[in-house]
Amino acid sequence: MKDVRLLAEPFVPGSLVGPFTSAHPGLGGTCTFVGEVRGDANEVGGVEALELSHYEPLTLAGMDALADAALARFDLMGILLVHRVGELRPGEPIVLVSACARHRRAAIQAVDFTMDHLKSDAWFWKRERRGGEWRWIDPRPEDHADLARWGN
Amino acid sequence: MAVKLVFLGRLADLTGVSEREVAGPLDWSGLLDALQGELGGWLASDKVKLAVNGAILADKLDLQAADGDEIALLPPVSGG
Repeated sequence: MKDVRLLAEPFVPGSLVGPFTSAHPGLGGTCTFVGEVRGDANEVGGVEALELSHYEPLTLAGMDALADAALARFDLMGILLVHRVGELRPGEPIVLVSACARHRRAAIQAVDFTMDHLKSDAWFWKRERRGGEWRWIDPRPEDHADLARWGN
Repeated sequence: MAVKLVFLGRLADLTGVSEREVAGPLDWSGLLDALQGELGGWLASDKVKLAVNGAILADKLDLQAADGDEIALLPPVSGG
């Protein structure tokens, strides 16, 4: 199964991964990655909030195409791809990728592949607030280097 | 009916709005005129892409939009 979602409200990863895993009887393994907003509330000048904006016609379609690419490339039983938009606080889950497969390597690699693509070329625009000031975040060169690992 | 412009990311900060309607039909030079330099060098920059009704243009100069169309102005993504 393929389950791709954009969420505007906080989510509990386990409440999505549980049913996703249960929907694939006979699986050999599930690999799940959960990304959270990095930050230290006690750090002076640290990130107070992160805001993700998106453009519905491109963002969800792009995530759906990425899920299809992972399903085509790896021997999976299913993939779950969830991304937050809106304003988030440090410690909140921002992204969830979970893959079910008969054998572990396909699941692990599919999650790695999907995260590398999400981090560099998904249709999201992010800004963070530090000291009350909002600042737009530019892509990092490392993200593009991560993407190059997969050859496309 | 009009052409809807959608400004994403920092482009919305520059215009002060996330959407705006302008009279159609609209081509590339019409878009330049409509924005009157509000986006500084961004609009003409290779880094900014245009999508018409969700389809990205390979070449911005080919822009052709009619009343009812939606043009998204897309700065570089930050990624997920």
